[in-house]
Amino acid sequence: MIGTLLRRDLGLLLPGGRGGGGVLPLLFFLAVAMLYPFAVGPDAQLLARTGGGVIWVAALLAAILPLEKLVSGDLEAGVFDQLHLRGISEELVMAVRLLAHWLAFAPLLLLATLPAAGLLGLDGTTTRTVLLGLLAGTPGLAAVGLAVAALTAALRGGAALAGLMVIPLAVPILIFGAGALSTTGDGGIALAAAISLGLCAVTPFVAGAAIRSVREG
Amino acid sequence: MQARLVAKDIACRRGERLLFRALSLECRAGDACHITGANGIGKSSLMRILAGLLRPYVGKVDRKGTMGLVDERLALDANLSLGKALAFWQRIDGCREPGRALELLQLGPLMDVPVRYLSTGQKKRAALARLLNRGCPIWLLDEPLNGLDSQAQKTFEALIEQHCAGGGIAIVASHQHIALPSPSRVELAEFAA
Repeated sequence: MIGTLLRRDLGLLLPGGRGGGGVLPLLFFLAVAMLYPFAVGPDAQLLARTGGGVIWVAALLAAILPLEKLVSGDLEAGVFDQLHLRGISEELVMAVRLLAHWLAFAPLLLLATLPAAGLLGLDGTTTRTVLLGLLAGTPGLAAVGLAVAALTAALRGGAALAGLMVIPLAVPILIFGAGALSTTGDGGIALAAAISLGLCAVTPFVAGAAIRSVREG
Repeated sequence: MQARLVAKDIACRRGERLLFRALSLECRAGDACHITGANGIGKSSLMRILAGLLRPYVGKVDRKGTMGLVDERLALDANLSLGKALAFWQRIDGCREPGRALELLQLGPLMDVPVRYLSTGQKKRAALARLLNRGCPIWLLDEPLNGLDSQAQKTFEALIEQHCAGGGIAIVASHQHIALPSPSRVELAEFAA
């Protein structure tokens, strides 16, 4: 049953899936990496020094884009109600969706980080730190995104609000993940991973409770 | 196991309004129940309470047996073809014989059509197919006749009769007339607060 749920969620969220717009966050991410050198000028040193941070900010903003379709569509269509009638808990449904959401945007984002790093002229070590940081941080971004998407799903204009709400909640991941760029050692990445794990553990319960409260409301 | 659904002394509050109170209802295997009442009187809320999707303000509902709900929300992915959208629920429900429902409801020719292109009546039939595939003893049907043409309506009434004859329970909320096998009637206006 978990496999069935995951397959449906992936079909909905993956690029080229029926949800549509799966490639959009990716293009957005690359577009930011492309625009940044135009904006600050061709100072290679400056680009190499700040590029890692720009990639992080772009990744964070790109993670906001898919939130609109993450929960509200199924809520309106009554999918969660039908699953509830079948005794499938909201927590499980949300845990599966978290996994699907991460799978649908993070691996491609990591892949797109390579051309982005090229565009900004990052060296090998920095690129590695950015990639490791994103690998540690994206599960947390996905978790925050899903929790906020579920909390705002029933609101009018919920998608715009979700975008705004994700940003402050994602700040800790950004601080440690991007912070690893300016410090030596992998302590920052480890902390970003720890925050990610914590968020991933909490999110299915937050999102599940949000869906139940909409149902009862 | 005999299916059973008993609601005892339930009241429903939506926002600041008490919709109905002191409503009791008992359905045993083979029973059909028709819930009637004007728009906005709380038929859908009652159905959701019976389904366990809404907590009653007072009272409790006892259920024995699995439930299937058909309401105005389709729960089928609008961008998928009908066949694929139904296949998801078949896998969730572990349905081995999906062909029968499709034949009964004459959905066969529509299997390749995206759900969003279906007409109101066709969508209703799709939701009923999902219900049939579920193979559950308790049917909760909220305005199931909306959009159905007279032929589909007859088919559907026959399906309910079969279901009840086989020991199932059918609870239908509808302001329309529907032929049910020896139904008990619940007029919601009598319980209005």
